[in-house]
Amino acid sequence: MISFFFEVLIGGLLSGVMYSLVALGFVLIYKASGVFNFAQGSLVFFAALTFVGLTEHGLSFGVALVATLAVMIVLGLLIERLVLRPLVNQPQISLFMATIGLSFFIEGLAQLLWGANVRGLELGIQDEPIKWLSDVAGINVSKFDLVAAGIAAVLVAGLGLFFSRTRIGRALRAVADDHQAALAVGIPLQQIWGIVWAVAGFVALVAGMLWGARNGVQFALTFVALKALPVLILGGFESIPGAIVGGLIIGATEKLAEVFLGPYVGGGIEGWFPYVLALLFLLVRPEGLFGEKIIRRI
Amino acid sequence: MLYREAGQFKSTYAADAAILPIRQDRIGLALILVVAFVVIPLTATPYLFSAILIPCLILALAALGLNILTGYAGQLSLGTAAFMAVGAFASYNFLLRIPGIPLLLAFAGGGVMAAAVGILFGLPSLRIRGFYLAVATLAAQFFILWFLTKVGWVTNYNSSGVITARGMVIAGYAFDSPQEKYLLVLTIVTLLALAAKNMTRGNIGRQWMAIRDMDVAAEVIGIRPVRAKLLAFAVSSFYCGVAGALYAYAYLGTVEPEAYNLDLSFRILFMIIIGGIGTILGAFLGSAFIVVMPIVLTIVVHFLDDTLHLSVASSVASNVELMVFGGLIIFFLIVEPHGLARIWQITKEKLRLWPFPH
Repeated sequence: MISFFFEVLIGGLLSGVMYSLVALGFVLIYKASGVFNFAQGSLVFFAALTFVGLTEHGLSFGVALVATLAVMIVLGLLIERLVLRPLVNQPQISLFMATIGLSFFIEGLAQLLWGANVRGLELGIQDEPIKWLSDVAGINVSKFDLVAAGIAAVLVAGLGLFFSRTRIGRALRAVADDHQAALAVGIPLQQIWGIVWAVAGFVALVAGMLWGARNGVQFALTFVALKALPVLILGGFESIPGAIVGGLIIGATEKLAEVFLGPYVGGGIEGWFPYVLALLFLLVRPEGLFGEKIIRRI
Repeated sequence: MLYREAGQFKSTYAADAAILPIRQDRIGLALILVVAFVVIPLTATPYLFSAILIPCLILALAALGLNILTGYAGQLSLGTAAFMAVGAFASYNFLLRIPGIPLLLAFAGGGVMAAAVGILFGLPSLRIRGFYLAVATLAAQFFILWFLTKVGWVTNYNSSGVITARGMVIAGYAFDSPQEKYLLVLTIVTLLALAAKNMTRGNIGRQWMAIRDMDVAAEVIGIRPVRAKLLAFAVSSFYCGVAGALYAYAYLGTVEPEAYNLDLSFRILFMIIIGGIGTILGAFLGSAFIVVMPIVLTIVVHFLDDTLHLSVASSVASNVELMVFGGLIIFFLIVEPHGLARIWQITKEKLRLWPFPH
């Protein structure tokens, strides 16, 4: 019983890392430009589909990866230039709606280019339990999940270093803090936004590869974004550590609730449980775990 | 020359506080109502009724509801479709379990149920705001649909989950043909739109707008934010609930949870953004735009297909439609962020000066 509990818990934590990966893309863009980018899920879908499509055309793994990365960066830059820049200074809700429109556009484009069939994506990592762990502790932990968690950790560490140690990273944080002050000290705002969107495209690629390998490359990948939203409000929109911790909490509680609570209420509670959990949490801390403290009365 | 209010003097307070103080507006609205109530029912085809006019009106009602919440009270919601679902299922249960209940009372009851649920899910708005609130309303969307699917009592233990809606009978008269359904929907929507117009320009509406623009200042001048916000949620959900009941009974002919998915919530949000946020007119313009545009796109694609002999695969066509839809939304947001209602405002300004440029 206890080992089963831990198995569910670990499985949940690891799938939570996958949510964090998607949530990261949201956080990056929200931090830098205050845009709640609903199209992140579509970007994930687009990246995975492009990669699979390119390998189907005979490109090797490495070449396809580089090509997809290039495509995603160009796509990110184009979005910034064509959609976000003309909408500067509009209310947040307009920007949000624009990204919903964008998600329709990207989904249509992806399926137009590569077709709508469900495909598999092979990363060369087996989705099977690690043998010695199940022998020693009696807990089944998928090798794939562990690798995904490792990749996420590397990604977060890399982004952390990028944000804190590089010139561009510091400029990014300045922009996130105060657009006008950043402009005043000579930070090229639009260049920075372009970089942020390119990085978000890159994060979408990583998430798309992992999710695609896990669930197959199909339209349902776009719904991954919906999984990432409770992670975001739990962790706070502006915080990278928040995205990670929120992902872990959501992943773990969601799986535990589904396994131990689900049978009593008819199952299928995975769809809304994270939202209700995040909602209850917000009642206590309205800005999420690590979000910027909102200093105003409501 | 045609649209000029010069010389129209008001001698009573009532005339000054009229909904449409300008004579041309009154004539225009009267014309629109005559066309909607008399000309269209006499001339339109059944296809036009059931594919365009009825969904247009029903979704405009839902958009009105969302506009009260988002446009006037400033609380962003992504759970509109769920509140519609509550209205539809509550109406269904009223009709099922209370024998002889009048149809309109059942619809109103559906609205009241939706309002109660709306207040419940509006409670977080007292603590959280902005996108946090928007995501929180998604909880309503997912939870309510799950609830309606899983709890058998709500669907009367229907095994398929798709319930055939009963015919609409009011005082012994059955509204069966598309034409009759249209007239019923039109009457309800017109009355509720009038109520919304009056609410938003009166005391309550001004409270909502004050809360939207600056809640601290609103509190200082004596508006109770708790009451105003929850009232906005209640009224908005009532409108959505009635719209949901109509959507099931007058448009779909079935009561099923799947019809009220997140996609519908987004479409209604699109309507108020494209129509013009915080305007009654915008709800109708936006609804017409969102309902008609996919149909026009399909026709255009088919037309191009036939004339140019491209033999476009249907999957390609649907993807192109998706792209054009998304692209047009972005285009509209960039070109006219205040929506179609704003374009109408600008037109009126121009008409006032016409034929002179200034």
